[in-house]
Amino acid sequence: MAAVRVLVGTKKGAFVLTSDERRRDWTVEGPHFGGWEIYHVKGSPADPDRIWASQSGGWFGQVMQRSDDGGRSWNPVGNDFAYAGDVGTHQDFDGTPKPWAFTRVWHIEPSRTDRDTAYAGVEDAAMFKTTDGGVTWKELAGLRGHGSGPSWQPGAGGLCLHTILLHPTDEQRIFAAISAAGAFRTDDGGHTWLPINKGLMSGEIPHQEAEVGHCVHKLALHPDRPDTLYMQKHWDVMRSQDAGASWHEVSGDLPTDFGFAIDVHAHEPETVYVVPITSDYFHVPPDGKLRVYRSRTGGGEWQPLTKGLPQEHCYVNVLRDAMAVDRLDGCGVYFGTTGGQVYCSPDGGDNWEAIVHDLPAVLSVEVQTLP
Amino acid sequence: MTRVVLPYHLRSLARVRGEVTVEATTLLGVLDALEEQHPALRGTMRDPASGRRRPFVRFYACQQDLSHDSPDAPLPDAVLRGDEPVLVVGAMAGG
Repeated sequence: MAAVRVLVGTKKGAFVLTSDERRRDWTVEGPHFGGWEIYHVKGSPADPDRIWASQSGGWFGQVMQRSDDGGRSWNPVGNDFAYAGDVGTHQDFDGTPKPWAFTRVWHIEPSRTDRDTAYAGVEDAAMFKTTDGGVTWKELAGLRGHGSGPSWQPGAGGLCLHTILLHPTDEQRIFAAISAAGAFRTDDGGHTWLPINKGLMSGEIPHQEAEVGHCVHKLALHPDRPDTLYMQKHWDVMRSQDAGASWHEVSGDLPTDFGFAIDVHAHEPETVYVVPITSDYFHVPPDGKLRVYRSRTGGGEWQPLTKGLPQEHCYVNVLRDAMAVDRLDGCGVYFGTTGGQVYCSPDGGDNWEAIVHDLPAVLSVEVQTLP
Repeated sequence: MTRVVLPYHLRSLARVRGEVTVEATTLLGVLDALEEQHPALRGTMRDPASGRRRPFVRFYACQQDLSHDSPDAPLPDAVLRGDEPVLVVGAMAGG
């Protein structure tokens, strides 16, 4: 019988939730790395027993952890994220130049084909790559070295590279997103990068259609249609059908188009999920109702999914890396909240149930579908 | 041998219980030796790029704060004799 392993990063440790394909009864293990902020935990598609975790904290900085037995045991690997070459500056919140300084790893994206290769998106925004199982990390400096780099400015959460999407067949093509610089694409394995923000409009920046400076919150794609990208921007849900060369808005009839998380159904490339959040000033769901919205038309027309989710007095947030889907029949959809709940829908969003209620604030959710 | 008391999180990372001992006569030597003996501690007490002490980490010994002393200064005699440990402390946080 197939199984799922849900990897949860929280403000105070990591948790591993496992179930069989029915996704009714769950085993909860953790906290791993209790007391540390776990921004992201993700398994290798090439070897599901290999799992990476980003562990950080205010006292002792960044630690990278790796498990080779499906999360039962962990070992620290290399944590030296040294920027390449002349470090240079970006803009600080107040517009003054600030030297780039490493703070933490926000996102880990393991290679689809090589268990020893993974990418790390970090704050201050840069991408690193390991090819030796995490012993060493080397910056893909062409991204930060893009001519616009000195003008990048942090969003409220910091100048973070939070999204890395690997093309399903072309190893040279990678998508990345940075708050608040925007989306970027490389077609040469990370040597050179192209801003892909045409069509975005952001009222928070002086030139609303600037090449960079947009607060992109998350990108998603379906591996069967890798030229179709979905984006939850600060405001606006966007879609591109040309690998990011241009974007158009698909917020449609959402109650609000602010939000963080976005993901695509495992078997239906035009079925997309978002969790609308009231606004940037109110990081809570509209009207105290926690609703996932599903579009089966690639955006534009959205349906609220509420069955099993709190529909009154709910004031949690769902952060950008806290939604994921499994690959079982019916497609399980998962998301975690800042209130410590992790919800699962085993039927593509129609019905929801909390796997756990009282974890620390959830920072990230990933799912492994196991044979 | 110089005795060192690590805080909980660093003991967990290094997988040690109680005190650890290192061959060192200066604070810099203590940090170098700790990272050599316990690679998991690299980067946790000082920034790997700059070598600077992390802002919320302190080094105490003999009821003195050594955090702002020269890292090359000799450790207090009581530490060198093994009578007192060096304490690595996570600064108070939480209000």
